[in-house]
Amino acid sequence: MSALQPSELDRPTLARDRSAADADLKSVSAALRRAEFGDRMRSLLLATPLLVLLALSFGIPILLLLSRAVYDPTIADALPKTTVALAGWSGQGLPGDDAFAALAADLKDNQAKGTAYELAKSLNARLPGARSQVLKTVRKLESADGQAALEAMKSVPFWSAPSTWPTIRSGTNSLTSFYLLSALDLRWNAAGGIERVPPEQAIFIQVFLRTFFVAASVTLATLILGFPLAYLIANAPKGLAAILIVAVLLPFWTSILVRTAAWTVLLQKFGLANDFLLFIGVISDRLDLMYSRIGLIIAMTHIQLPFTLLPIYSVMRTIPPSQMKAAYSLGARPFTAFRRIYIPQVFPGVMAGCMLTFILCLGYYITPALIGGASDQLISNFIANYVNVELNWEMAAALSFILLVFTLALFGIFARVLGLDRLKLV
Amino acid sequence: MKHLRTRLIALAAATACMTIAGAAFAEELSIMASGGAWQDAQRKAWFEPFAKETGAKILEQEYLGDLGKVKAMVETGNVPIDLVTVETATVLQGCDAGILERLDYAKIGPRDKFIEGSALDCGVGLDAYGDILAYDPTVLKEAPTSVLDLFDTKKFPGKRAMRKFPAQNLEWALMADGVAPADVYKVLATPEGVDRAFKKLDTIKKDIVWWDAGAQPAQLLASKEVVMTTAWNGRIQNAIDTDKKPFKIVWNNQILEYDMIAIPKGARNPELAYKYLAYISQPENNAKLASYITYGPVRTDAASFVAADALPKLPNAPDHLAGAYLVADTEFWGDYGEDLVKRFNAWLAQ
Repeated sequence: MSALQPSELDRPTLARDRSAADADLKSVSAALRRAEFGDRMRSLLLATPLLVLLALSFGIPILLLLSRAVYDPTIADALPKTTVALAGWSGQGLPGDDAFAALAADLKDNQAKGTAYELAKSLNARLPGARSQVLKTVRKLESADGQAALEAMKSVPFWSAPSTWPTIRSGTNSLTSFYLLSALDLRWNAAGGIERVPPEQAIFIQVFLRTFFVAASVTLATLILGFPLAYLIANAPKGLAAILIVAVLLPFWTSILVRTAAWTVLLQKFGLANDFLLFIGVISDRLDLMYSRIGLIIAMTHIQLPFTLLPIYSVMRTIPPSQMKAAYSLGARPFTAFRRIYIPQVFPGVMAGCMLTFILCLGYYITPALIGGASDQLISNFIANYVNVELNWEMAAALSFILLVFTLALFGIFARVLGLDRLKLV
Repeated sequence: MKHLRTRLIALAAATACMTIAGAAFAEELSIMASGGAWQDAQRKAWFEPFAKETGAKILEQEYLGDLGKVKAMVETGNVPIDLVTVETATVLQGCDAGILERLDYAKIGPRDKFIEGSALDCGVGLDAYGDILAYDPTVLKEAPTSVLDLFDTKKFPGKRAMRKFPAQNLEWALMADGVAPADVYKVLATPEGVDRAFKKLDTIKKDIVWWDAGAQPAQLLASKEVVMTTAWNGRIQNAIDTDKKPFKIVWNNQILEYDMIAIPKGARNPELAYKYLAYISQPENNAKLASYITYGPVRTDAASFVAADALPKLPNAPDHLAGAYLVADTEFWGDYGEDLVKRFNAWLAQ
């Protein structure tokens, strides 16, 4: 039987067929794309109510709030005459008498309109101590006009202090970099450059680093605890797996506040954790677990464990056990098989779980407030303080903006390294 | 099932009718306070008698004392409260941010009859309380004689609890460093003064346990986690009287502060709110609170109305003002508060 090689016989035909097939394929894929586009449009139409709701209730409020970080018109609105008078000022020394007179007139207007307090607060955020000086001056100006008003201004030393007028001038610009710079422990110096604030006032960089460190520690801890557990659940007999998954999910359904409170009961000095460790003789003196970094990480790890575990588990379940057996039968040692067959397949689940936990940890607020010590407060605690206590929403917006940028950047790196389509969330 | 639903609807309708009818007869005054033993005391001393006298209905709410919530209410134009109790520093902030009403004292009472600093533009004083030192004599063999003994770790070794907040701690640090009470705020207004205060705090930093909530100091003392603690006098007195704890209070070098009450901008019933403010500011009514919690009146002419057994426990009782004391300077904290809180947090983290 002489076997003709198909290649010898059919080569021209094959080539012709292939180019025809290519053309066909192109038109088919174009048609497919068109069909897909139509589908996508239809599904987008279905999602429109959701998108509108998201934009109205989520997107726009966030943008409005974040815009406060760079847009603060309080001072510019309050001091229109001063803004004009300062237009020609060199920025060196004191401005001329016309600026003093304009400021006096503006202050009187504010007092009449009842906005002097807002102006005082806004100036005070940039120049501590300005608040009472503005209010004091306003009171002095009540009975003074023209030359007398000018003298009243000059009689308050604050208005002739070196840092007062540059602060006012930067404040008359509604678009401000002040809050964003402050959120990074930076400020403008007299020469017009950007410099670090003195070390005893620098705080936010440290808090951002602390937040990332705690988030990374918790992510690592949940991975170390969650990976073997996910493996166990994925490979356990049905009944046992069901019990284990309920054991993981039950705390997941409990309020985060309740779980945090439960940890304070366990971790306190005369609490169960210390009692137990003393009883088994691991420690001889009671540990300070409450109000400490280690207590915070323990509690956060417990709360975040399901977030890391579930994506890993859902991927593990799809890997048939026969693959590993096949690897063994081809001569791979257990570790090699695990490393080359198993890990690459669960990797997307691991990354998804870790990313979920890491990003959620960046926003932790209640747990650090209740379990963390003075030096364990995360950036959200500071944002909350500016919103609720200081009423400085501009500063809160600036810190939120920086946090958002860092988070998006990390997410971008994740997506770049891994490819978003490979992420398997659940 | 259907039967049940019909009954529920009928019930809801009936309740709604009753509420509407009730509103037609009794005016409602909604007061938001910071809860706990202090709100209980206000209920007995003021809410209930006021309601009886005027026929108004008092709706109570609780909050944590943070004005962010009130600011959000005022900015959205939906203000379901008529009165809110606040700390002095918070009154200034709320006043500056334009979320508290500027008060008309003609409707409340003579402004000059209030202790200095307790009648502010946007808030009127409810009571005076003391930041004091408390200890357990069964633990400390030698009794501290001044709040400034906080800084003497040689004579009084062991952990001491202090509030996680710069106010009071910086003042005490300066006084412990030799600054006269009258000069404290002058010194603290300079960068060198702030450095000096923090340097003094540095000397005991490793011995400090920080507290946040007013209930913590008594707990920390009771669990023997600390040998002494700063506290609000009412909380410690409550632990002594109600929980029969053996604690003692040191009044020398106490810092006096005021609790305040304010009307948020856009409140629905400001006239009734003013009526309430006028009611509690009458000297005999102002003195009543002391019978239920050991905080003193803010009217200078109220002392004679205070119940005899309550007087010796008040922070502004003559005996307790015999030693050194300092009146907290609200204006100072309005000026430097935000900056010092930031500096304090940076210092804590170091």
